[in-house]
Amino acid sequence: MIVTDHTPSLVLVIVVGALVATGVYLLLERSLTRVLIGIALIGNGVNLLILVMGGAAGAPPLIGSSDEPMSDPLPQALVLTAIVITLGFTAFILAMAYRSWQLTGHDEIQDDVEDRRIARRAERGELDLRSDEEGRRNAALEAAQVRDETEDDDLPTTPARDTTDEGGER
Amino acid sequence: MTQSLWLVPLPVVVPLVAAGLALTFARRPRLQAVISVSALTIVLGVAIALLFQADGGPLVVNVGEWSAPVGIALVVDRLAALMLLVSSIVLLGVLAYSIAQGASDEANTDEKAPISVFHPTYLVLAAGVADAFISGDLFNIYVAFEIVLGASFVLITLGGTRERIRSGTIYVIVSLLSSVIFLVAIALIYGATGTLTLAQLAERLPAVDPTTQLVLQTMLLLGFGIKAAIFPLSAWLPDSYPTAPAPVTAVFAGLLTKVGIYAIIRTQMLLFPGGRLDDVLLVLAILTMLVGILGAVAQDDLKRLLSFTLVSHIGYMLFGIALASDVGLAATIFYVAHHITVQTALFLVAGLVEQRGGTTSLDRLGSLAKLSPALAIVFFVPALNLSGIPPLSGFLGKVGLLQAGIDRATPLAYAVVAAGLVTSLLTLYAIVKAWNKAFWQPAPEPLPDVRTPRSMFAAATSIVAVSVSITVFAGPLYAYAESAAADLTARSPYISSVLVNGDRGDGVSDGDASDSADASDSADGTADDAGTAGTGGEDS
Repeated sequence: MIVTDHTPSLVLVIVVGALVATGVYLLLERSLTRVLIGIALIGNGVNLLILVMGGAAGAPPLIGSSDEPMSDPLPQALVLTAIVITLGFTAFILAMAYRSWQLTGHDEIQDDVEDRRIARRAERGELDLRSDEEGRRNAALEAAQVRDETEDDDLPTTPARDTTDEGGER
Repeated sequence: MTQSLWLVPLPVVVPLVAAGLALTFARRPRLQAVISVSALTIVLGVAIALLFQADGGPLVVNVGEWSAPVGIALVVDRLAALMLLVSSIVLLGVLAYSIAQGASDEANTDEKAPISVFHPTYLVLAAGVADAFISGDLFNIYVAFEIVLGASFVLITLGGTRERIRSGTIYVIVSLLSSVIFLVAIALIYGATGTLTLAQLAERLPAVDPTTQLVLQTMLLLGFGIKAAIFPLSAWLPDSYPTAPAPVTAVFAGLLTKVGIYAIIRTQMLLFPGGRLDDVLLVLAILTMLVGILGAVAQDDLKRLLSFTLVSHIGYMLFGIALASDVGLAATIFYVAHHITVQTALFLVAGLVEQRGGTTSLDRLGSLAKLSPALAIVFFVPALNLSGIPPLSGFLGKVGLLQAGIDRATPLAYAVVAAGLVTSLLTLYAIVKAWNKAFWQPAPEPLPDVRTPRSMFAAATSIVAVSVSITVFAGPLYAYAESAAADLTARSPYISSVLVNGDRGDGVSDGDASDSADASDSADGTADDAGTAGTGGEDS
């Protein structure tokens, strides 16, 4: 017999909420490492949520091991699967963060500079795209230079952006 | 018709086994290619067989003989069979293209990317996509999504270049977020109903409090909406797809968003037939179509332009789902099949353009029509097909959708019809702009003198031919889509074929083998639907 009590413990619900909230906050960061921690926290929160949804705890879910009501075994199986999947993806993101650090010296998640370039051109009212060869070349340069968030104070972001702008207008 | 149930798991099992084999022979690229081509050819054959078998009623396999609500059921109904067939054609075509590209890259460039990982990953992707189509269990769909995601993460960052890592990061995080939302939805649904088998959920959900139902429906839609790139949740797609290698972009554009659309169709039709969010979906369809296509108009890179048209045309499919009528759904299913092939074809051709012109930037391309007339034709046909020029299949799908919208006859439905027409027109505008710049206008600087390898060209042409043949075979295909849609709205064929014995599926569980077998016989005799469905009874 499986435990049918579906009133979840308040403590667990609060823990789920706290884990997911912290995770979402970290997910909004620019640094991939922090985002990774955020994803791990959300993952743990959701796993706990699944466990809570399985009802109150009981005896181990093995037939014949106890006369008491059993825990629901299905959420445990689901959580186990979810943990394994999260583990794999965590490893992948770590590898990506390392690769990003290898290539650029930071693990910041950058915006798409292509969108910015198109928006900037629209602002200047340029219609003939073929004349903007200079700006296109600068887009590659900008992608290498621009940081969306300054974390090193000695690497000023705004001037870099200005110079590329001038380059585009020339 | 006797059903060969042993076919059902093959589209998942064969690619997975082949992936293992391909990984074993990582040092021998030619053998790897043979393994993956033969695996996907087998899957294609199985998919064709399943298409005909599923016409006689859904095929259900209870994995490991555990009966449905306890174990996992694999269900191939008409919709799943059609999706399997189209996806296996596309997967095979793109594989041929990428093998040809790999061979040519090896021959004339110094790029030594870790290609050995491509084949195993690609096969895992194929297995995941097939699993998502045939799964009859919500959590198994989640697992299928994760298989697809895991493979797609590797493929999108293939080679680990700077630009791919940048765009890949965004793709990875957004995808993981959508999975987490889906997982939360699963947890909540389990809490509310105590089951995750789709068929049983369809029976139990109506008893759940309507407000809770709405929450569950919204959570599922959110999770799938990110995957399908529906407007407010679509910003990640045009950013991350274009940087991947051409064949990878092609297969992602063709299949991954459609897996999301498939999941939406399945869950909306089977689990939440009330249509309480239909108006929301209609508004989202309008926004997806218009915002997507306006983005495409603004782009000056061929791959990015195509990515935006991809987002925009997801709106059409959403339109049909939101109408939830037989006509609308049939048109959506037909449109999905059309769009998978056409979008894949266009991205493959964009890859050819990149090979020939050295870039996909419309600012630098030009005079391709003169340099390579064959390439021009291969681009022109699917491009017109995408924008819905009669008599091509894009036109047929759109006519079906517009017909369904006018049948609905509400102001909102008329608004979507209008938006659909505008989108179609703007698609034509964007495509013609690309055509003018890349093919007709003279190039600002002479393009490099490269030859596109014949084999790549042949692979791309074959996908274009498939997309054109959808027009030729539109009659039988549309009829099939119509009966698939009728199954979806009726719901009972699916439910009764999974849960043969009232509340239990066929198979053995809890050691009451004899009981369930007896019950299965009587159920087959009495229930009409179970009789026509002719489920797993023959197998045991």
